[in-house]
Amino acid sequence: MSRVADWSVAELGVEGRVLPVLTAPHPMLGVPCEQVDPTDPKVVQLAADLVATMRVSPGCVGLAASQVGQSLDVFCVDVSRHPKARTHHGTFVLCNAAVVEATRREKAREGCMSVPDLTGDVKRATRLAVTGTLPGTGESVTIRTDAFEARALQHEIDHCAGMIFLDRVAGAHAVFPRRTYL
Amino acid sequence: MTTIALTVIGHDRPGIIAAVTAELADLGLNLEDSTMTLLRGHFAMMLICTGPVTPPEVEKALEPLTADGSLLVSAREVTPEPERPARGAPYVLSVHGGDRPGIVSAVTRELAAAGGNVTDLTTRLTGDLYVLAAEVDLPEGTNVGALGDRLAAVGADLGVEVVLRPQETDVL
Repeated sequence: MSRVADWSVAELGVEGRVLPVLTAPHPMLGVPCEQVDPTDPKVVQLAADLVATMRVSPGCVGLAASQVGQSLDVFCVDVSRHPKARTHHGTFVLCNAAVVEATRREKAREGCMSVPDLTGDVKRATRLAVTGTLPGTGESVTIRTDAFEARALQHEIDHCAGMIFLDRVAGAHAVFPRRTYL
Repeated sequence: MTTIALTVIGHDRPGIIAAVTAELADLGLNLEDSTMTLLRGHFAMMLICTGPVTPPEVEKALEPLTADGSLLVSAREVTPEPERPARGAPYVLSVHGGDRPGIVSAVTRELAAAGGNVTDLTTRLTGDLYVLAAEVDLPEGTNVGALGDRLAAVGADLGVEVVLRPQETDVL
């Protein structure tokens, strides 16, 4: 079991709070986030809050700090219950994450809690390696993944760079009204 | 043979496409290209067709559909456009932000000034969020970085995000 797959939100030792999620066109969603000290108690609390907010949001497979109004380079992901996931690492939070390898780009539909009424076709790498640090301990980790978890990671890393999926849509006919609400 | 540009716009209901195209088929018109969609709930059809009839004959044939005023039909003769290879490199422009008048005009003015040709464009409005996605051919030699910066500046003035990126072709 890898360190990330083994990681649990309980390690943070703080209770997560459910935070309101900002929606576009909120200006904060377009602002690149600041790097953080992953051992900072504020970052640890934020990590717990992101997981708590993701868990109460139906269909949510990832949430970035900018979506809850904090311009910090932190996000959580959990695609383990998603039917499109292949490899997955359960619930985890990464700080200061960066893509280090990205190959086999494929187009697929994605949505976002911050754009609740639209979906879009976006090309993303389906084989991915990401580095980052774990909140709390500050350990450096590398995640190698594929398919839907790779997509979710790239989507969240985009949020940390002040981008949403609408910035990456594949063409003029790649934005759609959402038909399914979970 | 006449090439005719036909538009049909109005109140949506089941059967408009079936009724319009049945009349066109009866006139011997061949549909060469078309787009049919809903714009804010209004039915909208644009098509290019060719056949041995004049535009007034087409409008006359479609009169039963327009009689109650729910649909607007316009038929015009157009000169056939020769097939042209794509000019320049394809880019995708995305714009999103708070809705306000003038977003499309400001952004496309900047593209036009650079010689960019918009080949396809759609917009969506949902709540307060306005989204534009366009495909643009840029002339060879365009300083894309500088154009992207100018578009971002136009966006900043309007309070919207503007991103210009190369269109990725599908690997088949």
